[in-house]
Amino acid sequence: MQHDNNQIPAIELINVSRRFVSPTGKSLTALRDFNMTVARGEFVAVVGPTGCGKSTTLNLVTGLARPSAGEVRLMGGPITGIDPRVGFAFQTDALFPWKNVIDNVMAGPLFRGKSRTEAEKSARDWLARVGLSKFVHHYPHQLSGGMRKRVSLAQTFINEPEILLMDEPFSALDVQTRTVMHEELLKLWAERKASVVFVTHDLEEAVALADKVYVLTAGPATVKSVYTIDLPRPRVVSEIRYEQSFIDYCKTIWEDLREEVETSYRRASEAA
Amino acid sequence: MAHTTLEAGSATLFRPGTSDSEIEASALKAMRRRNTAVRFWQIAILVFVIGMWELSSNMQWIDPFFYSSPSGVVERLYEWATEGTTEGSLWYNLWVTMEEALIGFFAGSITGVFVGIGLGRNRFLSDIFSVYIKAINSIPRVVLAPIFIMIMGLGLPSKVALAFIMVFFVVFANAFQGVREADRNMIANARILGASDWQVTRTVVIPSAMSWIFASLHVSFGFAIIGAIVGEFVGARFGIGQLISIAKGTFDAAGMFAAILLVMVVTLFAEYIMTLIENRLAKWRPQQHLDTQ
Repeated sequence: MQHDNNQIPAIELINVSRRFVSPTGKSLTALRDFNMTVARGEFVAVVGPTGCGKSTTLNLVTGLARPSAGEVRLMGGPITGIDPRVGFAFQTDALFPWKNVIDNVMAGPLFRGKSRTEAEKSARDWLARVGLSKFVHHYPHQLSGGMRKRVSLAQTFINEPEILLMDEPFSALDVQTRTVMHEELLKLWAERKASVVFVTHDLEEAVALADKVYVLTAGPATVKSVYTIDLPRPRVVSEIRYEQSFIDYCKTIWEDLREEVETSYRRASEAA
Repeated sequence: MAHTTLEAGSATLFRPGTSDSEIEASALKAMRRRNTAVRFWQIAILVFVIGMWELSSNMQWIDPFFYSSPSGVVERLYEWATEGTTEGSLWYNLWVTMEEALIGFFAGSITGVFVGIGLGRNRFLSDIFSVYIKAINSIPRVVLAPIFIMIMGLGLPSKVALAFIMVFFVVFANAFQGVREADRNMIANARILGASDWQVTRTVVIPSAMSWIFASLHVSFGFAIIGAIVGEFVGARFGIGQLISIAKGTFDAAGMFAAILLVMVVTLFAEYIMTLIENRLAKWRPQQHLDTQ
């Protein structure tokens, strides 16, 4: 049975649809017949045109939102509410500005009923790992954007999530900081081997990080195609972008993605 | 860490090779000079206004019977403080008003915070009650004074009720708005990190509503005083409002100004204490960057 258990994928979305109903009664379909499977320890990136429903897929996995049709399964089981095995990295700053760095990182364990001393110990451990030991008592507003991102990574990783969902987490950072964060993320991921779904609009970021890239169609989103990225690990993100195979992957996937981006762009300008 | 912006726009252009400590020293000097200038003008304006009042009253440019004079007001305050007022000791009257205002303030703001957060967190209840709250809120609060005095009598309860109702709506509205403005991402973050509903309220919603609530507490102590004094105008045995009312009846202008001055000092003091508390609680907020100009 132990062997079988490892075959069960970490995340499964089976024919999932998600509709929003506006207060005026109009409905909007964000996801339609969406299928995705993420194996354990797999790093999946999801790319698609802006506003196509990428973030909606993540909300379905957290349990913050429910599918209108279809099924979402975590580790082979159905989702009931917010699952403690899930961690989430937000696009915007979601740190608590009134808590200092260590209290922010400790929040997760404390919410989950760990003792203060225990929580503080592992918070210090995680802050050391993201290189912020000297900033334990700083408040978020005293840190740079990259440092704040590292605090939120520590805040997410301290709960040791088996499933890590990331919603364009580095899109607000400048290019250099972003590359540094990519390497840190890959390092942390290699240690923990969580299953990751990384939503982004940046194709190169997706190819550099992921084992598999899902390309979505312009909204309502379905999976257009899936690419397996067969680049060797460990990867050095700052250098990988100059390798021929990396460039080839980007070209191929971009050909595919471009149509969808154009469709979504055309629709947006028609609507305006 | 408060960094001070040193490259002040129009300020001195330092010649190359000026050391940091020299620049800092000159920035500090400029800052001190500016603060002194501000303080100087503040005091100058006060002295001028009071001086003009005294002078025009002495010279009979304005009728001292109606406008009194600063010396007259101070004299009256001294007399009240040492010999007591017609309604008993000044301190007792002040205490009566303060007691009414303080009880009304605390009761009103605590209830306001609780109801505001409660309704802010529960959309269904807030949809039901919002129409009633709007309706009651549209009543000018002071018109309730006669009713409260009729129902609760001339003593403490009617004034407390009026102060309460004045404070409650202000604090309630701000607490409610503050809860609604709580960042949705932050709430989602807390929930995914494992927070229960109550933990979300305690660690995310209340702290983020705190700056809204404090903004309302600043004005609402003033409102509590208004409630107490208006209540005393309408009918009371003691209190600063009653002193003003009697001063009015006897055409005692100095007495009225003395009472106003007293209330002003007390309210400023309360405001000061509130700011101290707020600064303590809000130490996480970005400090202001000082400009050296």
